[in-house]
Amino acid sequence: MANMRDIRRRIKSVASTQKITKAMKMVSAAKLRKTQSTLVAIRPYSDKIQEVMDHLLAGGEEYDTPFLKPREEVKNILYIVIAGDRGLCGGYNINLLRFAEERLKAVPEGQNGEMLLIGNKTSEHFRTRPQYNVMDVFTNIGDAPNVSQGKALSDYVIKKYLDGEVDEVHVIYSRFVSVLTQVPDCQQVLPIQRAAQADAEAEQGMQTETDYIFEPGGKEILDVILPKYVDSSIYRLLLEAKAGEHGARMTAMDSATDNASELIDKLTLSLNRARQAQITTEITEIVGGAAALE
Amino acid sequence: MAEDVIRLDIVTPAGLLMSENVATVNLPATKGSMGVLKNHAPLMTTLDIGIVKYNQANADHYLTVSGGFAEVKDNTVIVLAEAAERAEEINVARAQAAKARAEERLHDHSRRQDLDLLRCELSLHRAINRIKASKLK
Repeated sequence: MANMRDIRRRIKSVASTQKITKAMKMVSAAKLRKTQSTLVAIRPYSDKIQEVMDHLLAGGEEYDTPFLKPREEVKNILYIVIAGDRGLCGGYNINLLRFAEERLKAVPEGQNGEMLLIGNKTSEHFRTRPQYNVMDVFTNIGDAPNVSQGKALSDYVIKKYLDGEVDEVHVIYSRFVSVLTQVPDCQQVLPIQRAAQADAEAEQGMQTETDYIFEPGGKEILDVILPKYVDSSIYRLLLEAKAGEHGARMTAMDSATDNASELIDKLTLSLNRARQAQITTEITEIVGGAAALE
Repeated sequence: MAEDVIRLDIVTPAGLLMSENVATVNLPATKGSMGVLKNHAPLMTTLDIGIVKYNQANADHYLTVSGGFAEVKDNTVIVLAEAAERAEEINVARAQAAKARAEERLHDHSRRQDLDLLRCELSLHRAINRIKASKLK
């Protein structure tokens, strides 16, 4: 049986680790709530942009804009990979990075897949894997990305796209299913893809909707709206990925806290056993000693 | 004076800044300042960096917007802007600092090639706009 002093020391150390994991869980829960409320706050904005865009495009007129028109020849594809800045969040980062690697391996022959890495964990991961092309790295996004960070990112991407350096832009991120589940996913942001369903719905809506006066003109409005649409979708995905990270960390820290209490229970049990054994030995010795005197 | 019958919604990525009934709205449209009274025809317009003025309960109020977009329909005005601030809430010191910074950058431009001239000018424009609005309250 282990030494009583050693067991006491173990218990103490596990208990202090538990304190840390518990605190981290609470912090993550708070950050998750904050990120979720930011997500809710931008919803009216992005919904409205979507609505206006659908409305303009359903008008039947063809607008010639690079934002909507797929390139005839797709050579360079940019993948924005969003993962966390820090670890201790279960399989969150590694699942996403594995998914990203698979995506890049699946790029067809003759096309070139490049990556824009978000978060310290992604850059650490791909630094040791030179077979993948990394275009640029954005780190230190922080725990609650703000609008201007999202804007900076999307400005960068839009510029690359309009300059013709890349022909398609996809975002690889963790879709926030629930606090417990995040699923790696890939979404195309440029050129803007519009679901056929949205088209049909918008066309139906057109029948009843009013005719707008467009100032200065439909094309000019579209030129303003489309970059904003890209901005808001990228920012939304960034927030969703962050919310997932906080959720994953919360879950991971919760189970770590549970494991720690289990371990403490076990150690306490063996400590008590050891103490009892020691007392028994002492009593036996005293009794034995007394018997020897008689 | 007119009744407060127009609903004015100011929407930014940071959330809904305001949603209130007002009597008149003045928008900084790209083609020039534009007034909206009740029963205005449906309209969509892009906005410049500028000041949105609205009249509510016979008092004028001011807001800054940094470009964006507005929709007018059924006595509802929806303004979509990347950033918007009420004139009363503008941090003048911050705006002054932003103005000074942008001016300095523009001044330095001849020496530094890497600066984005357009961005500097836009941020100067926004700063001046905020300072202007803060004096209107």
